[in-house]
Amino acid sequence: MAMRIRNLASRRTMMMNSSPISGLRSMSSSWWKNVEPAPKDPILGVTEAFLADPSPDKVNVGVGAYRDDNGKPVVLDCVREAERRIAGTSFMEYLPMGGSVKMVEETLKLAYGDNSEFVKDKRIAAVQSLSGTGACRLFADFQKRFCPGSQIYIPVPTWSNHHNIWRDAQVPQKTYHYYHPETKGLDFKGLMDDVKNAPEGSFFLLHACAHNPTGVDPTEEQWREISQLFKAKNHFAFFDMAYQGFASGDPARDAKSIRIFLEDGHHIGISQSYAKNMGLYGQRVGCLSVLCENEKQAVTVKSQLQQLARPMYSNPPLHGAQIVSTILGDPELKSLWLKEVKIMADRIIGMRTTLRESLEKLGSPLSWEHVTKQIGMFCYSGLTPEQVDRLTSEYHIYMTRNGRISMAGVTTGNVGYLANAIHEVTKSS
Amino acid sequence: MESVFSNVDRAPEDPILGVTVAYNNDPSPAKLNLGVGAYRTEEGKPLVLDVVRRAEQQLVNDPSRVKEYIPIAGFADFNKLSAKLILGADSPAIQESRVATIQCLSGTGSLRVGAEFLKKHYHQSVIFIPKPTWGNHPKVFNLAGLSVEYYRYYDPSTRGLDFQGLLEDLGAAPSGAIVLLHACAHNPTGVDPTSEQWEQIRQLIRSKSLLPFFDSAYQGFASGSLDTDAHSVRTFVADGGECLIAQSYAKNMGLYGERVGALSIVCKSADVASKVESQVKLVVRPMYSSPPIHGASIVATILKSSDMYNDWTIELKGMADRIISMRQQLFDALQAKGTPGDWSHIIKQIGMFTFTGLNKEQVAFMTKEYHIYMTSDGRISMAGLSTRTVPHLVDAIHAAVTRVG
Repeated sequence: MAMRIRNLASRRTMMMNSSPISGLRSMSSSWWKNVEPAPKDPILGVTEAFLADPSPDKVNVGVGAYRDDNGKPVVLDCVREAERRIAGTSFMEYLPMGGSVKMVEETLKLAYGDNSEFVKDKRIAAVQSLSGTGACRLFADFQKRFCPGSQIYIPVPTWSNHHNIWRDAQVPQKTYHYYHPETKGLDFKGLMDDVKNAPEGSFFLLHACAHNPTGVDPTEEQWREISQLFKAKNHFAFFDMAYQGFASGDPARDAKSIRIFLEDGHHIGISQSYAKNMGLYGQRVGCLSVLCENEKQAVTVKSQLQQLARPMYSNPPLHGAQIVSTILGDPELKSLWLKEVKIMADRIIGMRTTLRESLEKLGSPLSWEHVTKQIGMFCYSGLTPEQVDRLTSEYHIYMTRNGRISMAGVTTGNVGYLANAIHEVTKSS
Repeated sequence: MESVFSNVDRAPEDPILGVTVAYNNDPSPAKLNLGVGAYRTEEGKPLVLDVVRRAEQQLVNDPSRVKEYIPIAGFADFNKLSAKLILGADSPAIQESRVATIQCLSGTGSLRVGAEFLKKHYHQSVIFIPKPTWGNHPKVFNLAGLSVEYYRYYDPSTRGLDFQGLLEDLGAAPSGAIVLLHACAHNPTGVDPTSEQWEQIRQLIRSKSLLPFFDSAYQGFASGSLDTDAHSVRTFVADGGECLIAQSYAKNMGLYGERVGALSIVCKSADVASKVESQVKLVVRPMYSSPPIHGASIVATILKSSDMYNDWTIELKGMADRIISMRQQLFDALQAKGTPGDWSHIIKQIGMFTFTGLNKEQVAFMTKEYHIYMTSDGRISMAGLSTRTVPHLVDAIHAAVTRVG
């Protein structure tokens, strides 16, 4: 087949060169012949490999998308109802550059609180974004343009795409200590030292809750200390909140870190995503907000965020925003959503308990306490890349090579198999 | 605490969107919005195509549909169908797997992703764009890191194409420079090259090894025929050379707000196309990870079904025909009124927009005295006109031309 295509192509070239059309340069070589094949995305590549595996035992604990206890993707009931109401009614006109005003309003309430003074005083510059990725990227571009000398401090480890985002925005990156491999918990001292040693007025990326990939969050007390130190150093806090409601089951509780910073007077930035907590992954719905000194500044900052969105995609997609507005704007649907988010969070918490207990029952020599201490979609198992490779090649279990397990992919049906496999590859550790 | 962004200045209002804002604030019952770049019916209402509604219903009634992340490059079937649509089902480039197609956020997103790819992987970082062009084009390319140069395009004295100027400017471009070409229905002028002129442009571009980057935002919407409106693109692809194409479904499927489009990169070989696609994905991932599902699902549903596809072509022709009819009506009415000047450009230009040739003062006069809203460059959206409102517009133009310099 490839041979036939090559022959076809070369015949065409011959025909072209002998054709009466003048002005053709020799077109035997491509502009792109020096383009290298790009490496596969470390996270999304896992699912690709999983899909290609014919084994009936295969388990996907790679990508961070929720699965029900049958391992099936879920569309929330509140979402289905919202879509039924929207279908047939929308004119599909362009949204403003800043997106759906209604959707942004409702979204700010979630992050800043239902009765936020900042919302009342119109001090928040906010635009609808392409989920969390889009919000982070818009902020990074904005940071580059208006604080051109600044860097971004990123935790170690973090979601791998964070590095790509600030790199493509051409904002230099530094890292700060976060995960403690020995305790499989927070390296609080390391974190505070790095915050203290960073030059005054540095920009920090913080995961508001359910840190990805470790599942390790600071305690409320620790957040207060971090906030105080940020104040002393005049640092800028940018929160990536991708899991509000999804971590503890309670959206207000999951926003605690943000609320602490707001109480302490910080002017923060927030990226919010509805990918996980409303299951709207592919719709790409989110929001970027920046808290300003006053309304005038908020209007100004918003106008500049729009100037960055316009040459990227002009205005954001409508459908996902309509779903969010419909749900959050209707008390019954909103209440249904809150119930459904709690169900998802509870199932994951339940699976953590079951996985840990299964490993302990198998007589594992290692401690699996971290499985239940960590929170959110992911468990940083502590498995080495080699152990992960064995899980894949011997047991058809797919996860990212940093040992991150998506608990959303764990079910009562596969938790035993998973525990057994993990035990097998770690028992001689 | 002081904000780190207290030095930020307020950005200017978008000139095009500002027109609609002013229109909305006008209480006059006679007001007419000719600024909008979205199709309107004879009754002045937005239109959702019947096939789109049907596709929508199909999607919402299908309980097996999920909302998972789609691949970075988008839906595979959507991409294949989009490539077929612009290149033709029998395109050798498609048959030889030489086309890398990536679902993007409408035309804007396709242009931006393509430009970022070029900045990273192409040896030239200058792009030549027509003068004038859609206001967002220079911004898209600048933010991608390309430098923007202009080639002559519109001739105000003929209200047509400055063909000589175009050939001279592209002829003087450095070898390998990127050239932005409006595939059809040039925005904002409505002035397109003839097919003979396109052939000369193609030869010039190929002889200088310039890289064509097509913006195809009006396929089917300009002439009413999808094939006719794709002709310029297809002749370039037929010569075996490489090019980029940004496609939008905003107008021709009325999916404006759902942000549906595709970037196609036509390459020399399947191997190159595959590598190119992998690199384009690296541009997309740190921008928005993966494209939105809804609009593309609607498009794929329609393009996949031969019934729906046929119905679509009929509705599309309906929209194009109404616009062509408005052009004729406006022209005839100006002739009948004896308005001074040559107004034949109204029926010579094609697509949604007419570059009337009215100057800023005349435009301001028409807004103030007749409540007619358009962009200050004299561009009117024919989609905003109706049989009922043509007389009012004619009165306004006549008054502006006879009373205002």
